[in-house]
Amino acid sequence: MTRAIYEFTESFRIAFSQIRANAMRSVLTALGVIIGIVAVTLMGTAINGIDIGFNRSLALLGDDVLYVQRWPWRRVPDWWNYVNRPAIQVEHAERLNRIFEATPNSLLEVAVPVGARGSSVKAGDVKLGGIMLFGTNADYSRIVTAEVADGRLFTDFEANAGRPVCVLGSAVAENLFPGRPSLGQSVDIRGQQFSVVGVLAKQGEFLGLFSFDNQIILPLNAMRKLWGNRMDLQLRVKVTDKTRLMEAEEELTGAMRRVRGQLPAERDNFSINQQQAFKEQLDPVKTGIAVAGLFITGLSLFVGAIGIMNITFVSVKERTKEIGTRKALGARRRTILLQFLIEAVSICLIGGAVGLAITYVTCLGISGALPELPVEFSSSLMLVSMVVSILTGIISGFAPALGASRLDPVDALRYE
Amino acid sequence: MIAPLPPAAAARSYRTPGNLVIRIEGVTKLYRMGAETVHALRGVNVEIRRNEYLAIMGPSGSGKSTLMNMLGCLDTPTAGRYDFNGKNVAHMVDDELAEIRNREIGFVFQTFNLLPRSDALHNVELPLVYAGVGPAERRERAFEALRNVGLGDRVHHRPNELSGGQRQRVAIARALVNRPSILLADEPTGNLDSRTGEEIMALFEQLYDQGNTIIVVTHEEDIARHARRIVRLRDGLIERDERS
Ligand SMILES: Nc1ncnc2c1ncn2[C@@H]1O[C@H](COP(=O)(O)OP(=O)(O)O)[C@@H](O)[C@H]1O
Ligand SMILES: [Mg+2]
Repeated sequence: MTRAIYEFTESFRIAFSQIRANAMRSVLTALGVIIGIVAVTLMGTAINGIDIGFNRSLALLGDDVLYVQRWPWRRVPDWWNYVNRPAIQVEHAERLNRIFEATPNSLLEVAVPVGARGSSVKAGDVKLGGIMLFGTNADYSRIVTAEVADGRLFTDFEANAGRPVCVLGSAVAENLFPGRPSLGQSVDIRGQQFSVVGVLAKQGEFLGLFSFDNQIILPLNAMRKLWGNRMDLQLRVKVTDKTRLMEAEEELTGAMRRVRGQLPAERDNFSINQQQAFKEQLDPVKTGIAVAGLFITGLSLFVGAIGIMNITFVSVKERTKEIGTRKALGARRRTILLQFLIEAVSICLIGGAVGLAITYVTCLGISGALPELPVEFSSSLMLVSMVVSILTGIISGFAPALGASRLDPVDALRYE
Repeated sequence: MIAPLPPAAAARSYRTPGNLVIRIEGVTKLYRMGAETVHALRGVNVEIRRNEYLAIMGPSGSGKSTLMNMLGCLDTPTAGRYDFNGKNVAHMVDDELAEIRNREIGFVFQTFNLLPRSDALHNVELPLVYAGVGPAERRERAFEALRNVGLGDRVHHRPNELSGGQRQRVAIARALVNRPSILLADEPTGNLDSRTGEEIMALFEQLYDQGNTIIVVTHEEDIARHARRIVRLRDGLIERDERS
């Protein structure tokens, strides 16, 4: 056992003096491994980054909220089955809430009606376009994903009475009232003055599509005074246990069908959406990156492995006499095998380390240039690339090392 | 640094041969080269005891190296019996032979065969690595072996920083570091000038006096004369076996 350890350290010692002596040759040989490791780690980082960015965006939707809407969050080929669906109504929320209360152990906590529409708003001579207005009631406080940075959300009374009050997204507040506190100011929405009672904390963009900070929340009843029913109404339903979203969705489907009075044979005339739908859309993108990355990785590792196999064969040939000498001094087969395997693995490990360093610097560069991109260099990637490097070394070094270990000592000693 | 040569006329020491180390009986070795068969050894019998100093001589092609490889457990006979310290090694496999070479045999080669990128100390340590000796003891013993061959002040020199004679001394230290039963030297002076060659032979003399068993293969009478016994080979057979 101790002998194995001594032979192991001896092998590393030889391997490194060998690599140092043939530095240029070793680096060139390791090139394939370097490229392979860069490819696999960059791919991993990209997928990781997409996941992180995506999850950040999805968190804005709330990971414990189901959305009841006319349309599903995915492309539907049979659009004609959806256009004639009845509109979602505010009183659906009230009736759902009564059902939730009457159901023992309900997974559903509360349904909140939210009307949405885009509009422009004004304050003084500042005019902002493309603002998302969300009209809702006081229950909104139970499903809101943002912190209220300043002030408050509106009260039950304000909501029911349709009082002209509003809560601003952080970007709206900054743009309308730069450098001034926005609480107590008023905002002109379609000619009506709304007074600001709260400001939300910064939330960020959703999938880079639109900013959650460009929204204004106001009482749904106040919004209806301005637009009537010309808005997109949805119900947001908070789930008590987000690990049981599927069951919650089933319960909600049943409750919604009861509210709508649907017959058992009828298909649902509403859709229940959740962030999961987005995740499924992203999967092919991730798969695409993974396939391309693995292809490049596989190809360069293959080329690298052949290079290393070749260099190990050359090394064995060059040192045939040394092998003979070592055998004469008592090196056993496995000792020689180990020595050349470790040499191949060491070259690969150095290649892997260089590859990792390149990826690391690239990641630093990217996150320096584009701070909003979630590039993260994970330790599991390091582990994966080390394992891949070692495996490449073992696979490519095995044949030449085995050949070396089986050399006849007399022939090897005679070799010039 | 180098032990002074004993005067040519000085009385040589004779040690009483001890236990039997090597017994070879009816050993043959065939090499097949295509259709042709070469009889490198045709039935050799020889016994070698502890404390012997023996030279194997013979013209080129007589089978000296073949016999040497056999004695050194680098190769096994085609037929015949070979007992090393009472153990039959004629049918041992590679790794068993490696074990015997490591513990029982010290090799000295014509071309020194040192690892070029390792210093003298590490070269001498190598057999101990394969024997599973720990680092501290390894260094200690390698130092001592180098001191014993007069290279105590050269331990961190690499082979290319040493003269031919010094390289061969490192090789001799390496051969002896694991306290083998026999020291096997194949043409140890073949790559040295005659003066340096004589120095090496003086070192062998000293090692013999210290109780080592030495077998030297050579084709030079001058070298063979140092030994106490000369075995002469011709065409794969022992022609003469004489003690002086
Ligand atoms: N590996 C081998 N293959 C074929 N023939 C060999 C081999 N080794 C030695 N021989 C032959 O065996 C004979 C004895 O060789 P060797 O032992 O090297 O003689 P010496 O060392 O006395 O010069 C020679 O005829 C040589 O050609
Ligand atoms: Mg020869």
